[in-house]
Amino acid sequence: MKIAVCVSHVPDTAAKINVGADEKSIDKNGVSFIINPYDEYAVEEALKTKEALGGEVVVISLGGDEVKETIRKALAMGADSGVHLKKEGYFDSYATAKALAEELKAQNAEMVFFGKQSIDFDSGVVGQMVAEMLGYNSVSVVVDLKIEGNNIRAEREIEGGKEVVETTLPAVITAQKGLNEPRYASLRGIMQAKKKTIEEKEAQTGDSRVELLKMRKPAPKAPGKILGSDASVVPELVRLLKEEAKVI
Amino acid sequence: MANKILVFVEQRNNEIKKSSLETVKAGAEFAKELNAEVEAVVVGGDIADFNSIAKYGVPKVTHIKNQDLNVYTSSGYAQVLSDFANETGADLLLFANSAMGRDLSPRVAVKVDAGIVADCVGFTFENGEVIATHPVYAGKALTDVKINSPKKIFTIRPNTFNLGDAADATAEVSVKEVDNVNTSVKVVDITRASDKLDVAEASIIVSGGRGMGGPENYAMLEELAGLLGGAVGASRAAVDAGWRPHSDQVGQTGKTVSPNLYIACGISGAIQHMAGMRTSKYIVAINKDPEAPIFTIADYGITGDLFEVVPALIEEIKKG
Ligand SMILES: Cc1cc2nc3c(=O)[nH]c(=O)nc-3n(C[C@H](O)[C@H](O)[C@H](O)COP(=O)(O)OP(=O)(O)OC[C@H]3O[C@@H](n4cnc5c(N)ncnc54)[C@H](O)[C@@H]3O)c2cc1C
Ligand SMILES: Cc1cc2nc3c(=O)[nH]c(=O)nc-3n(C[C@H](O)[C@H](O)[C@H](O)COP(=O)(O)OP(=O)(O)OC[C@H]3O[C@@H](n4cnc5c(N)ncnc54)[C@H](O)[C@@H]3O)c2cc1C
Repeated sequence: MKIAVCVSHVPDTAAKINVGADEKSIDKNGVSFIINPYDEYAVEEALKTKEALGGEVVVISLGGDEVKETIRKALAMGADSGVHLKKEGYFDSYATAKALAEELKAQNAEMVFFGKQSIDFDSGVVGQMVAEMLGYNSVSVVVDLKIEGNNIRAEREIEGGKEVVETTLPAVITAQKGLNEPRYASLRGIMQAKKKTIEEKEAQTGDSRVELLKMRKPAPKAPGKILGSDASVVPELVRLLKEEAKVI
Repeated sequence: MANKILVFVEQRNNEIKKSSLETVKAGAEFAKELNAEVEAVVVGGDIADFNSIAKYGVPKVTHIKNQDLNVYTSSGYAQVLSDFANETGADLLLFANSAMGRDLSPRVAVKVDAGIVADCVGFTFENGEVIATHPVYAGKALTDVKINSPKKIFTIRPNTFNLGDAADATAEVSVKEVDNVNTSVKVVDITRASDKLDVAEASIIVSGGRGMGGPENYAMLEELAGLLGGAVGASRAAVDAGWRPHSDQVGQTGKTVSPNLYIACGISGAIQHMAGMRTSKYIVAINKDPEAPIFTIADYGITGDLFEVVPALIEEIKKG
């Protein structure tokens, strides 16, 4: 089975985010980048699927040259080959989905894994859009997956519980934490990854529909009140919550 | 520009969800600001009373029915919603950014050829255009964006629009029977952790971290949350220790929440935790370490032992 995984290259979760001088992107100075944490679950699930059912795993990432590092990371975990869809600058979720869908069509991938969300722009939409563009079935925010023959049974997280979803191949799955424990890249994996090919292609994104007008930091909160250091201030806290904040 | 707004109203178990009523309220506000028409659509289920939709500002409601739509099917819902949007000429669609809204809206976006902005936390209107605020990098920055395509979809984070008081109004409901529902993706079972309120939807959250010391001590947070009509959340340290389920985790790799009130008990305020809750309207921190970073974003802080403060808080609230 041809299996594909789409991965994005994002700032580390611990990174301090400052807005750049253009007020449209972040200041990348001193920010280290990682593979999107949810995409690690996606890569792991793709590898597990290959191990169970056979086939090959191709990793795809869209962006500037820096995304190659993230493709290598997935190759070191065990993916077979990589595709870098090259595009600098700004593109929205729709354009991202479009470029990925074009490539996936060319790859003829039957099973495509995404993360549930890219922790840079946090939209959580690209996987489902790609599925619709390809005419594939999709299940998002998946925490458990079983593939038998043509049939898929997936559990997805919803408010206060889980939904069990049944569908068939070809399909898109977006991975949530809990789906699996991503493996570490072994030293051997890292060495082998250096020899695997990353094909570079011009990305066919089409036009973006969403225009970024401005990026800004959230307004800093006014310093709060420290009411005291023991339970004696609890009545005052309750009074403030009722009368000042009006939230209880 | 928009001429016709369509609000997707979610039902689960034949009940209309609160986050959808907030979206209805947003739809009414959009209609006023943009001088546009607005209507609501409910898919599937057996709904006794649609008046709550009218009460929050949208009297015109269409109920799309077919027995295959009673339980969520992303393929079927996307199909009937897109068809309905095309028939009515809707050019601006609103969804709650719920599990269903986020699963469904991107598929609808492709079907109706719309641009989409997910997880909006605020809107302004300028010369007939909608400018949405969408948090990025786990809320460490905000973006102001607009959609340039003729059709537009926004999904709205729960608790962004406060419901406030309901007006006295009656819905004008039309029922639309459809056939040949595409059920290629179908929910066959729903397992509920319990009937508890999910942190992503709660308007009050009482959250506990490593400072809680063990799973048994969450009983007092459950009691406090119960008294306040809220839900109990947790830090990753508490989840990783196995004290609480991952579905309760707040933060960058858990849920992003923006309740009216967030009470953090024994949580230090790591950057990944704050990423998930900093948009809360009011934050209370109870932590014995006065240097804990959580105090930098708290509106009210108590630098004391939570095992004294939380029981006192329960007693004080019980007094009414
Ligand atoms: C409003 C807006 C403004 C933007 N502004 C900028 C900007 O200023 N500069 C800039 O560089 N980018 C910008 N982007 C692009 C953004 O970085 C990409 O769209 C991002 O890679 C995907 O973000 P998302 O939130 O849409 O992804 P999500 O829908 O959250 O992603 C879900 C999954 O899709 C896959 N995926 C997402 N992106 C990629 C990718 N690039 N390659 C392969 N797989 C992927 C991953 O599996 C991911 O887990 C902007 C996007 C939006 C929506
Ligand atoms: C990739 C990544 C993703 C992450 N995602 C998340 C996430 O989604 N959510 C999240 O929460 N974390 C996340 N983290 C973890 C985060 O960095 C912190 O480790 C975690 O939030 C700490 O949890 P805590 O505040 O409960 O524990 P601690 O930092 O140990 O804090 C415990 C606090 O309790 C106080 N305390 C102890 N006893 C008492 C008492 N009796 N009374 C009052 N106060 C007391 C202490 O003073 C201390 O401040 C992530 C980390 C990484 C690397």
